Amino acid sequence: MIDVKHSLILVAVMAVVIAFLRFSPFLAFPEGRKRPKVVTYLGSVLPYAVIGMLVVYCFKGVSVFRYPWGIPELLASALVLGLHVWRRNTLISVFSGVAFYMVLVQLVFV
Amino acid sequence: MTRTTLKRAFRDSLPILAGYLALGMGFGVMLQSKGYSFWWAILMSCTMFAGSGQYAGVDFLASGASILTTAVMTFIINARHFFYGFSLLDKYKGAGILKPYMIFGLTDETYSIVCSAQLDENINPKKYYFFLTALNHSYWITGCTLGAVLGEFLPFDSKGIDFAMTALFIVIMVEQWMSTKEHLPALLGIATTVLCLVIFGADMFIIPSMVLIASELLLFRKKLDKTDSDESGVSGGD
Repeated sequence: MIDVKHSLILVAVMAVVIAFLRFSPFLAFPEGRKRPKVVTYLGSVLPYAVIGMLVVYCFKGVSVFRYPWGIPELLASALVLGLHVWRRNTLISVFSGVAFYMVLVQLVFV
Repeated sequence: MTRTTLKRAFRDSLPILAGYLALGMGFGVMLQSKGYSFWWAILMSCTMFAGSGQYAGVDFLASGASILTTAVMTFIINARHFFYGFSLLDKYKGAGILKPYMIFGLTDETYSIVCSAQLDENINPKKYYFFLTALNHSYWITGCTLGAVLGEFLPFDSKGIDFAMTALFIVIMVEQWMSTKEHLPALLGIATTVLCLVIFGADMFIIPSMVLIASELLLFRKKLDKTDSDESGVSGGD
């Protein structure tokens, strides 16, 4: 059976750790206080690098060595990329990509 | 103005609506399969608001992990969030009582939209960031709870719907790519993460990636740092 007390403690621990990570930069460099230029610099370039990381992160479970060799992900990503460069409409790009990917994994590469 | 801002935040959050419902339901299904009722899904999605963190959390709960293990593993899994705030110190400045909640709800998805959104003058940025965070949080809570209530009996085959997150990140990457001539940070981010994924494997690569990316960005500071010239150079353009 579920250990309610221990489970509650674990949820609290996880919530605190996650909040700590998210709040740290704001606590370290509070409003109105001068901060090192290097911090401002990092803040300005990190978004570009992080989005690259997050895209790769999404593909971490994909294996190119076994069926379907990452083909659905590759095709759907190419569609999203192409559509977005062409039309630059986020909703069209995302929802077309999702619909296409769902067809691929549910009907084509089963 | 508030209405316009809310509308804009809602429109920008639609891709996340699809992704969070899908990922949240996945979490809820997993959680209830371990014997936890939907109250636990509500509790966790309200207080943690973290995708990968909550997925791992199901294992900690079900296996009765120790407090230390849970703390250390949660720290490792979510460590990347530590870096996000550095980009938002100015954007979130002056948000007042809304600020703590905005920081609490700083997920990958919210972060990437906040960083790349081009807002018109009729939009109140602070309120926009707040609405975006709250909307995303509400989708996440709904998804997690639905999953735990419905369990295995999902009314439709949702397989593949979580691709919404991948698609959203690709779209944001394209937008960022087109917004700047300097592509080195983006390329470093991709190349470093791929390298770390190959070397460290799918469970261990995020922290080495973040640390390496930050080090590389510091290494290339001379070439990339435009935060000084920005202040004087903006008006000097065309």
